[in-house]
Amino acid sequence: MNGWTGKLIRVNLSDSTIKLENLNMENAALYLGGRGLGSKYLYDEIDPSIDPLSPENKLIFMTGPLTGTYATCAGRFNVIAKAPLTGTIGASNSGGHFGPELKFAGYDGIIFEGKAKSPVYLHIHDDDIELRCAKHLWGKDVFETTDILLEENEEDSRVACIGPAGEKQVLFATVMNDKDRAAGRSGLGAVMGSKNLKAVVVRGTNGIKIADKEEFIASTMDAREKLLSHPVTGKGGGLPSYGTEVLVNILNEMHALPTRNWQTSNFEDGEKISGEYLSEKYLVRNKACFACPIGCGRVIKIPDGKYKGIVAGPEYEAGWSYGASCDINDINAIDKANHVCNLLGLDPITMGATIACAMELCEIGALTQDEIGEKLKFGDAESIISLTEKTGNREGFGDLLALGSYRLAQKYGHPELSMSVKKQEMPAYDGRAIQGMALEYATSNRGGCHVRGYLTSPEVLGIPMKTDPLLTEGKAALLKLFQDLTALVDSSDICLFTTFALGLPEISAMIRTSIGVDFSDEEFLKIGERIWNLEKLFNLEAGFTKEDDTLPPRLLNEAVTTGPAKGKVAELNVMLGEYYQLRGWDAEGVPTNEKIEELSLKTMALA
Amino acid sequence: MAKGIVISPDKCTGCRTCELACSYTKTDSFNPKDSAISVLSYDEAGLQVPMTCLQCEEPHCMMVCTVNAISKDSKSGVVQVDGDKCIGCKMCVSACPFGNMTYSKRQKIAVKCDLCGGLPQCVRLCPSGAIEYKELDGPLHKRKNIANLFNDVFGEVAK
Repeated sequence: MNGWTGKLIRVNLSDSTIKLENLNMENAALYLGGRGLGSKYLYDEIDPSIDPLSPENKLIFMTGPLTGTYATCAGRFNVIAKAPLTGTIGASNSGGHFGPELKFAGYDGIIFEGKAKSPVYLHIHDDDIELRCAKHLWGKDVFETTDILLEENEEDSRVACIGPAGEKQVLFATVMNDKDRAAGRSGLGAVMGSKNLKAVVVRGTNGIKIADKEEFIASTMDAREKLLSHPVTGKGGGLPSYGTEVLVNILNEMHALPTRNWQTSNFEDGEKISGEYLSEKYLVRNKACFACPIGCGRVIKIPDGKYKGIVAGPEYEAGWSYGASCDINDINAIDKANHVCNLLGLDPITMGATIACAMELCEIGALTQDEIGEKLKFGDAESIISLTEKTGNREGFGDLLALGSYRLAQKYGHPELSMSVKKQEMPAYDGRAIQGMALEYATSNRGGCHVRGYLTSPEVLGIPMKTDPLLTEGKAALLKLFQDLTALVDSSDICLFTTFALGLPEISAMIRTSIGVDFSDEEFLKIGERIWNLEKLFNLEAGFTKEDDTLPPRLLNEAVTTGPAKGKVAELNVMLGEYYQLRGWDAEGVPTNEKIEELSLKTMALA
Repeated sequence: MAKGIVISPDKCTGCRTCELACSYTKTDSFNPKDSAISVLSYDEAGLQVPMTCLQCEEPHCMMVCTVNAISKDSKSGVVQVDGDKCIGCKMCVSACPFGNMTYSKRQKIAVKCDLCGGLPQCVRLCPSGAIEYKELDGPLHKRKNIANLFNDVFGEVAK
């Protein structure tokens, strides 16, 4: 087998059985791996209408054919399940070193079914696979859990686990790996917790074979040169120099940095939470995920004060959620809150945005100090840390924050103050100032999310070409292309950041030569489109309708008050109909029979 | 002065591309466990250290090898394992003071860095410049590098 290993582990947690099975190669050719293939298994094996936290849900870890090779940034894997925060299909990917290690052990993925009677972890060392008791790990944070598991097992093993937030089924709990890497969005850690599965420990000593060595080297070296010479990903470029937080100043300058729960779009103290500031003052060195020539990760050192220590610096979206969104300008408090998220296993985007929502509820008097147990207002740096801790442990008011901003705002009579789509919080890019992002949020198959079709790239950064972020023309077509390409990238399982420098031809070439097929570039893009439509079908069967493809009223009705987008609202209605049409969906956003047939989706249970 | 691998942990990002380059070049398979170079990670210090054979002047691995499978080329200075002679006893793995000798379970022989005949692929593909192959510019420079490393780590502990 080339690219893939061709083997899957199936674990039934209810009766503690472990089975090996061959990868469904027919589906692998149609859905590749990672997000696509994992979603296909999920769609075929569960009823999309089930309760995501019931034993009927399945939790799937899936790598792609490039994972573990030296294709650019090929260190990723996806976690897939029905998502508890949104009720949509949930797929979230993560870097680090866990995914490659799973492939080195000889497996493309793991499917967890049912629910264990008491806490367990799965241990994999090549052919030796067993479920082990995890009672001693229950309640431990992500770092403690990882340290203990590495102590008990081979020290060069890799660990994916949940923290207390996942155990307690916080609806936006993460699956963490290599301590500070996260399959962060949609609450897949809560699904893991609902199954009493604390961790997966893997050590692999086998190799990954490639179909066409010469051509694979040629295509990966070509991709690598392009990455290393690109102004965003290359040497001295934006990402290696300043990490993803390089975006703070850029977005703030164009008044597209949502501030104080999206009340305004410009943060006065943006400079103090920027990537430039963080890197100049606190960067120790860059940290890369497996096989990544970019190295955007930040190892930062806070030399003194109450937040002293060496931690992983926040990503742009986490820096924003706790920063501009909560009106916090203390970068070290943000670093600390982000680190607490890593320890407890929480999605910092939803966490920060939920706190920001609570802050606004307090501001308008809908929520009081008595209910929270502490004083809460915009700009209060101590609160972002204490409330994150309480949420991860579901203590006091944290028990309510653990449900995310939509359920919180609804409880206090103001659902419109939740800045979410399909109950998942939108990150860091104002859709009124970047119209393409408005359409992205509304149509994303996992709810409010920036990485399903990152139109910030053309709209803001001018990659691959500059578009006018204030216009709606052409955005539907562009988004469709970005969504399909992203689905392909997430399924080959390389990092989305490669797409700053690489396009469909470069990515297709790496996949083609690794698995040894003669698919054209267009056929590879079709795989992405197929995945997008499959996810859509899942959501339709889960009960979502056109009504859900919308945005918070604030984006639709309240115009931006400053900057180039002054006077603009998100013109979703102008774009959505065109988008459905381009997708080959009917006016209600349902894929037509012709589209289903064209994408070979008809073998599915929909009929 | 001979050329050698020079490692700068302060530049390493821990991407482990070197491990992949090594194993793929030597075995046609991506497998860090068959690589003659490894990146070791120290989370608390935020440090990554690539480790590979230093091509010792008096190689312990060579001295303990009972079947003379390991030799040192007098011209290039490269210490090499002859896979045909190696019996997989792993004495060399024990003898190397740095742990830079690897036993490949798959190939059933000892594996070590042979500098790829003068074009080390780990060096070629290292994206951060943490691994270089160059004329060794005297011992003091290297000592200073290592001393800085200790300074980093122990300085942190001392605080």
